[in-house]
Amino acid sequence: MDLTFTASEQAFADEVRTWLEENKPTEHMEPLDTQVGFEQHRGWEKQLFDAGWAVPNWPTEYGGRACSIIEWLIFEEQYYLSGAPGRVNTNGITLLGPTLFEFGTQQQKDFFFPKMAAGEHIWAQGWSEPNSGSDLASLKTTAVRDGDDFIVNGQKTWCSRGAWADWIFCIVRTDPESERHKGLSYLLVPADAPGLERRPVGRLDGEPAFAELFFDDCRVSAEHLLGGEGEGWAVAMATASSERGLNLRAPGRFLAATERLGELYRDLGQKADGVDAGLRAEVADAWIKAQAYRWRTYQKAGELAAGGSMGSEASYMKVFWSELDVELHATALRLLREQGERSSDWMSGYLFALSGPIYAGTNEVQRNIIAERVLGLPRR
Amino acid sequence: MDFTFSDDQLLFRDAVRDLLANECSPDAVRTAWESPDGRVPGLWAKLAEMGVVGLTAPESAGGLGMSQLDLVLLHEEAGKVALPEPLGDHTAVALATLADIAPDHELVAQAAAGEATIAVGFGDLSAVLGASAADALLLQSGDALHLIDPGDAQIEPFTSVDESRRMASVSFSPSDSTRISDDADVVSRAYDCGVLAAAATCIGLAQQMLDMTVEYVAEREQFGKPVGVNQAVKHHCSNMGLAIEFARPLVYQAAWSLSTDSVGRGEQSRDVSAAKVLASDAADLAARLSLQCHGAIGYTVEYDLQLWLKRAWALSAAWGSAAFHRTRVADALL
Repeated sequence: MDLTFTASEQAFADEVRTWLEENKPTEHMEPLDTQVGFEQHRGWEKQLFDAGWAVPNWPTEYGGRACSIIEWLIFEEQYYLSGAPGRVNTNGITLLGPTLFEFGTQQQKDFFFPKMAAGEHIWAQGWSEPNSGSDLASLKTTAVRDGDDFIVNGQKTWCSRGAWADWIFCIVRTDPESERHKGLSYLLVPADAPGLERRPVGRLDGEPAFAELFFDDCRVSAEHLLGGEGEGWAVAMATASSERGLNLRAPGRFLAATERLGELYRDLGQKADGVDAGLRAEVADAWIKAQAYRWRTYQKAGELAAGGSMGSEASYMKVFWSELDVELHATALRLLREQGERSSDWMSGYLFALSGPIYAGTNEVQRNIIAERVLGLPRR
Repeated sequence: MDFTFSDDQLLFRDAVRDLLANECSPDAVRTAWESPDGRVPGLWAKLAEMGVVGLTAPESAGGLGMSQLDLVLLHEEAGKVALPEPLGDHTAVALATLADIAPDHELVAQAAAGEATIAVGFGDLSAVLGASAADALLLQSGDALHLIDPGDAQIEPFTSVDESRRMASVSFSPSDSTRISDDADVVSRAYDCGVLAAAATCIGLAQQMLDMTVEYVAEREQFGKPVGVNQAVKHHCSNMGLAIEFARPLVYQAAWSLSTDSVGRGEQSRDVSAAKVLASDAADLAARLSLQCHGAIGYTVEYDLQLWLKRAWALSAAWGSAAFHRTRVADALL
């Protein structure tokens, strides 16, 4: 065990930090969950791509640097500590990306990866339906084969940034006679496909960053099937593991947030009676938990390098970071007292954090997965 | 960056696990409750023979000259079996400290061989483990450490909820002749070694309580099915698992921090405190929820869960509670 960075890891960290210091946007950007901000952030993705930082852990042929998992974690830490803009194509790069590596044909990889990395294709996720949330396998949107195409009918919802995205990765029922997990397929749908209508829905923070998708005899080429017909559930579960585990929330985000929480505490503490009793312990707790998440992640990286897999343990990660994110923002709002209700980065961070325990499988579902698949309790 | 234990560290852990599986069954722990010194007759000698007791002592004194990082996995094993032996106080604190400041003291070789036992006391000395039966006492007084003959101290025993823990409050008269170090860094480091040992033991205790609970709720049937199919029970188990899953790497990180010169004294203390916060919380949560999931059977002295519950209550507070160490982390950060 040696928990210091090697000389080459340190050099990598320095290179990332220096590049970000010199290149991160200085002018104000609208939030990426607005139509204007969405396009501004697309421009930033292109800038990252041109410098080779959009997807550092991908192979060089697709615009990456083939860096190690440790280097990727270092990149994420430096990225968030630098205060650089949010990543608008996270759904593509970290959710669809690993799935496409595992299940995609060579042709699909060659077509999609470069455009995804460059921000030319920004992706949204089309999984939930009005009556299929936690019970995803009950989904009803159908895709019926018609020559070289599928004809898609049905409705998807809670599709983040789905109103402006260029492509949507969907799970659809290709065997209309099938039930539950069988007969599903994973279909990549261009947002401009004829017969697809998109309606923005305001989220809790007021931004129109959810979308409802209506498929009315929507025609999609069968070339865009990811994995085999009827194998959609297995493909989707690979994505879900990425979504819950390392890929979606590298510890850098929380390390940066707890740094800012400490600054807020110190600023308010300058004034006499500036901080309420009890909050000092909460600030310390946020730091401790962010460190725990960081070290668990480096420990996991070691396990993965030694041939281990993420599997259902991803549920541990997802519950922990999402609840930490809510707690640390709630602490910030409590520190702000009556000013907590004021529109601020802390309030918008809090509103965003509140989605964490819901999306990517609610934390109640995650706790069931932990109990059944990690600890081995009987299902029924 | 390499967050893995070496093959040697893991093999040693496995060997100790095997020994404890044979020699420290719940029945053996119960014999400790009845024995005069609260320990399992003969077990300390076997651990000494393996090198565990003298692990931190210098090789010149018959020890293994190893670090807190080498020791941390063994504390976890000790917790899993509720080992009623002073591996933390004697080996992690006393021997490791004497190895640094008085490696040639005659007591070191005896202690490394398991022939002499050293009890340790910090702070107000109101809760010292094994003071009455110890051969020597290593006690803090301000920024100094003193090595005392138990006959020269006033020892007032009290009964612990965990009857293998023979506790006492201790007082003594510090003098130039008893002082063996007046280096504040030595004192604080010795204390941190005790905190780390307690934290790692808490992880083992919590893991064992979770494992016992998972086994119990999968077997125990009510309403015609295992109680573990109920979501409320599942979530109790998941919450125990979560607390352990994220406390453990922090304990390992603290063990590394305490074993390297590349981390400063203050940061080592901060890291050890952070680990104790989550480890104490995990042990408290596991004790609370494992008892709840067991129902009334867990509330009996016949059932073995009580051995872990009581140790967890003791060690969660020993060497500073979660609240104490949260404050220490805050002091370092804010």
